Parts: sequence; structure tokens; C-alpha cells
Amino acid sequence: MSFRIIVLAKQVPDTRNVGKDAMKADGTVNRAALPAIFNPEDLNALEMALKVKDQIKGAEVIVLTMGPTRAAEIIREAMYRGADKGYLITDRKFAGSDTLATSYTLYLAVKKLLPCQMVICGRQAIDGDTAQVGPQVAEKLGIPQITYAEDLVTVSEDKVVIKRRLERGVETVESTYPVAVTVHGSADSCRPRISKLLLKNKHARTVTELQAETQDYTELYANRPYLMIDEWTVDDLDAEQGRLGLSGSPTKVKKIDNVILLHKESTFLTSDDRDVESLMKELIGQHIIG
Amino acid sequence: MKSVFVYCEITEEGNVAEVSLELLSKGRKLANELSTNLETVLIGHQLDGIPALIFPYGVDVVHLADHPELFPYRTLPHAAVIIDLFEREQPEVALFGATSVGRDLAPRISSAMQCGLTADCTSLEIGDHLESKTQREFKNLLYQIRPAFGGNIIATIINPETRPQMATVREGVMKQEIVDKNYSGKIKKIDLSTILKDEYFAVRILDRHIEQNKINIKSAQVIVAGGYGVGSSENFKMLFELAEVLGGEVGATRAAVDAGFVEHERQIGQTGVTVRPKLYIACGISGAVQHRAGMDQSAKIISINTDPNAPINAIADYTIIGSVSEIVPKMIKYYKANSK
Ligand SMILES: Cc1cc2nc3c(=O)[nH]c(=O)nc-3n(C[C@H](O)[C@H](O)[C@H](O)COP(=O)(O)OP(=O)(O)OC[C@H]3O[C@@H](n4cnc5c(N)ncnc54)[C@H](O)[C@@H]3O)c2cc1C
Ligand SMILES: Nc1ncnc2c1ncn2[C@@H]1O[C@H](COP(=O)(O)O)[C@@H](O)[C@H]1O
Repeated sequence: MSFRIIVLAKQVPDTRNVGKDAMKADGTVNRAALPAIFNPEDLNALEMALKVKDQIKGAEVIVLTMGPTRAAEIIREAMYRGADKGYLITDRKFAGSDTLATSYTLYLAVKKLLPCQMVICGRQAIDGDTAQVGPQVAEKLGIPQITYAEDLVTVSEDKVVIKRRLERGVETVESTYPVAVTVHGSADSCRPRISKLLLKNKHARTVTELQAETQDYTELYANRPYLMIDEWTVDDLDAEQGRLGLSGSPTKVKKIDNVILLHKESTFLTSDDRDVESLMKELIGQHIIG
Repeated sequence: MKSVFVYCEITEEGNVAEVSLELLSKGRKLANELSTNLETVLIGHQLDGIPALIFPYGVDVVHLADHPELFPYRTLPHAAVIIDLFEREQPEVALFGATSVGRDLAPRISSAMQCGLTADCTSLEIGDHLESKTQREFKNLLYQIRPAFGGNIIATIINPETRPQMATVREGVMKQEIVDKNYSGKIKKIDLSTILKDEYFAVRILDRHIEQNKINIKSAQVIVAGGYGVGSSENFKMLFELAEVLGGEVGATRAAVDAGFVEHERQIGQTGVTVRPKLYIACGISGAVQHRAGMDQSAKIISINTDPNAPINAIADYTIIGSVSEIVPKMIKYYKANSK
């Protein structure tokens, strides 16, 4: 029996380590200063997919990512950890996609890879914290969703039991296939790279990447076709053009304002004992504390 | 009637979620500006007492879906009720709490309605828009305002073409306001017989454990908040001690939560809790806009930071330049010595 798990993963700027040089003088983002990383919760998603694969004979894990050429990096990273194959959905026409256009594009790509039992995403991408794409892809596929998955309790060829993390507790649910799952950061973190897989997959490339290579890969790829990371553009997807990219995105940015800090008259103090003491006394005197 | 709709969330205990009352209050104001009705959709079981509780917030119509299978919350049946309702009623605006329920449900609805959805808005307003390319004018759009990725910028998002204009908002961002104790609205029962299909119950709930709300930073009068500059969960213990002697609670930035110093429930900001305490002590916090969005209404702010130029200092009443690990123990010591 074939059992297919599709992982949706995104390459994101690392907004967790926004250093001082991350902002330009005019208040806009200096994207170049932010390293591009595997969206953290998508690594939790990959781990859950690999756990399913561990337990179901013949299961395959396919990674799908939509982004620029460079995003192939995370597909390779996923292959080093156990994913079988990757697809990069890339086209200038996808630029400016909001979550609705993104989920439509990902849905079209998933549709080409059907039948599949599970679509697994991260809960949210740290560049927007929206947590919308998973449920939107599930809706478009017309399949149920299990959000905030924290633990894969049991999995078999016909159903899966998952523990979900709620705001104030946990819930265990069961579903048949197909089902979409979004994985919470409290789920198991992803297994490290496996050196055997690193060796096996380090030459995995997209067509665009191959064009930039100086070395000739023709023979290598003839013998090891799995190294090809497929690139899909608009032409490969059966899309309604109006639903893609900027024009397919109903949310528009009307304006961007720099935040005007309402400067208070801040009193500067030192860490000197007397400074700290007088501050505490003042707060007590004003009945703010005490 | 192109109304403003609010999804009224029912808590585990069967009460109305705080965030829903806040959104009803905001929804009433938006509806007034748009000269339209405020309507709400209430989904669950044994909800007879609820409409009377929410009418005072200025609710004109409660759409009620009451069925034993509709509690506890499950995505597909709740989504089906709302999609059916929205297709019939064509709301102008639809607001959801950014709770684990709202964030599961709202994107599903936006996908089905093919309309935009803005997450974690910190402000909502009504305004016009002139599209520069086409010179088309749009009247009375919902301005969905939120800090944007990366830094000190606030974006105003609009959905000129699609309806409803959908947004989620965190708890604590909007204020609760009863407009009239005797405000009376209508109850419309939703006929579920044609809406609920067996296939929507494909995901079965096997088991649930709901805990009491342990951490309540929202109502604390004093908050000692720690950022990445605190350095470790070990160092956070000092903050817990200071909070305890001051009778307050410990909050944190996303960077501190991501680093695993404290639980996610303590995160303050755009994607965490919004707080307005009497005193906010920011320890090792730079003051990113997403963080300030959740605390800048605090009555008094003290910043403890090694960097004199940290943005947080600009909104602080007092800035102590120095290291958290040096200053916080001093504060504990002096407070203990000077209070009775
Ligand atoms: C979509 C999105 C949503 C977000 N939502 C939130 C949110 O809800 N809440 C939130 O907080 N953030 C949020 N963020 C993250 C936010 O942009 C910042 O990255 C984060 O607030 C920074 O946290 P910080 O101040 O703790 O860390 P940093 O920015 O790293 O600042 C650390 C500070 O500590 C100081 N410091 C270092 N050592 C010491 C010491 N020994 N003693 C004293 N001071 C010291 C440094 O000078 C610095 O000012 C969000 C980001 C995005 C993209
Ligand atoms: N461009 C993308 N390519 C692949 N997966 C994505 C993309 N955008 C979002 N996702 C998936 O959807 C999840 C939620 O994203 P978001 O709604 O942006 O917070 C992510 O964790 C990914 O699993």
C-alpha cells in the first residue's frame, strides 16, 4: 500500500534574532541582515511526518515549499533528516501572495501529488505568526484538520490518533484519512541530520541551481534521479490566474507608518545602591507598590 | 443588511469568552460608524442563558446554533454553520478572537469565502481608500491595523474587494463596554438539519483535559517582565521573586519564550497578552513594536537595560542602566527592607 505524507515547509527570515542591524535608518527591514532558516515549527512538522514514516511500511515523505530559488536549501535540509523527495514551487507570479493566495498555490501543488493520506504543516510561520495557511489548504482540499498537534499517539494505515495542545489543556482526537495536521512547537523537535543521508543527498539540486553549477552533473543525475528537486512554476499548476500572487491576494497594505515613539520624560538612573533605593522608596510612597 | 458579525466563543465552562465581549464592544462601535447592525453567531449546546448576557453590549441579532454535537468545539461543524450563515447574510465585517478556537476556525472560513483575513490586529478603524492605479474610490473600509514584520512599522491592511472583511484580535486588546443594560435584540435559531452532515464529524474527540487558568497576568497590577537579556531560565527566578514580593506576576517577550526561559502563557505583546498594569518593570527587553503593542498602556514603566539606547527606554518613566542580575536583587532587598 502506498502511503504518502506531504509536508509543507517554508523558509523564513529569522525574526527571533533580530539584531541591531536588522533595521535600516528609515525604519524598514534590512532583510539581508536576517539569516534565512527552516521555519521552526515546520521542523516539528517534519519530525511528525518522519515518525509516521517510521511506523508505516513503505510510507514516503514529500516536502513542498513555495518560495524563491534559495528555498531549495530547506528541501535539502529535510532530505538530510529523512524526507524522500522535494518540490520547489517557484515563480515570480507568486510574489506578493497573502495567506489566501499562498494556500491556493500550495493546494494546487498538493492536488498534483494526490492521493495522499496526510498533509502536515507547521502551526505558523514566524515571519507573520498568522497560522492560516494550514487550515486554508485543508479547506481547499475539502479535508478535516487537526491543528496544534503535539504528539502522535498512534498511527496505522487507516487512522491516526493525535494529541493537540489547546490554550488551557490538551485534547486527543482520532481521524481517518485524508487529514491535514498543523504541528505545534511543543511537539518533539526534529531529529538531526543523518550522515548517511547527508552524503546521499548533498548534491540534490533544482534545475535552476544546476545551471549555476560549474561541475557537470549529467552523469550523476542519470544514475541517481532522486537528486532532482522538481521545480514547479505557474505553468505546471492548473491555476485560475486571478487567484495567484499579488492580484489573488485580497489583503492589501494601505500604508505603512513608522511608529512614533511617544517619548516620555524618562529619568535615567544608575545601578548604584542609592539610585535603586530611592526609586523603590518613591514607588512605595506613591502607593504603586506596597 | 451588511452587518458587522462577531463570532461569540463559548469557553470550556460554558461562559462567553472575554475576547468575544471585547469584540462585541468594538463591533458595536464599528456598526455605529457603518450605520448597520451588530450581529453575532453563537454555536454550542445549552446556550439559553447566553443571549441575555450579550445583548447589553449592543447586539441586534444573535444567530443561535444549539446542538449536543456542537460542544465541545470541532472545526468542521462550526465552520459549516458559519459559512452557511455568511453566505446568506453577506456580512460586511467579521471578527474572531485570536484564541486556539478562533485561529483554527477563521482561516477555514476565509478560505471558503475566498476573502482576506488579518491576524492579530491591534486596532480597527473605519476609513476610505482611493486606489491610486485605477482611481477607484472605496468608502467605509475596515482598516485592520497591526505591527508589521521586522520592526518599528505599523501596517494598515484593507480588503477593498472581498467580503466579509475578516480579522482576528487577541484577548485584552479591545475594551469591554456595556452600551445599555436593557438593549434588546432578536434571536434567530439556525436550522441545523440541512447544515450538519455526518462527514463533518470525521474527527472524533477521544479525550480532553482542561486545566484551570493558572497564570493570570492580564489582571495583575504589577508585572515584572523579562526579555532575552535576562539570559536564562535560571536568571528568571529572580524575576519571579521580585514579582512575588511585589504581589505581581511575571511576563515575558517572545524572544524569552522562544529561548525556553518561561512558558508561552506569559508572552506579552501583539501575539501574546495585552496588559495595562499599574507598574511594568521591563528587564532586559529591547522594546520591539510587537512587544510594546501589549504593554504601552501601563501606568508606569521601568526599564532595566544595559543599553541606554534601547527603544523601550523611550516609553519608560524610569530607566536604570545596568544588568538585570545586579539590579533586580537590589530591588528585592530594598523593598523588603522598606515595606511593612
Ligand atoms: C509576527 C511577529 C509577532 C511578534 N509578537 C511578539 C509578541 O507578542 N511579543 C513579543 O515580545 N515579541 C513579539 N515579536 C518579537 C519581537 O519583534 C522581538 O523580536 C522581541 O520582542 C524581542 O525580545 P527581547 O526584547 O526580549 O529581545 P532582544 O531584542 O534581544 O533584547 C534584549 C535586550 O536585553 C538587553 N540586555 C542584554 N543583556 C542584559 C543584561 N544583562 N541586563 C539588562 N539588559 C540586558 C539588551 O540591551 C536588549 O535591549 C514578534 C515578532 C513577529 C515577527
Ligand atoms: N510558502 C510556503 N511554502 C510552504 N509551506 C508554507 C508556506 N507558507 C506557509 N506554509 C505552511 O503553513 C504553515 C503556516 O504558515 P502561516 O499561515 O504563514 O503562519 C507553515 O508553518 C508552513 O507549514
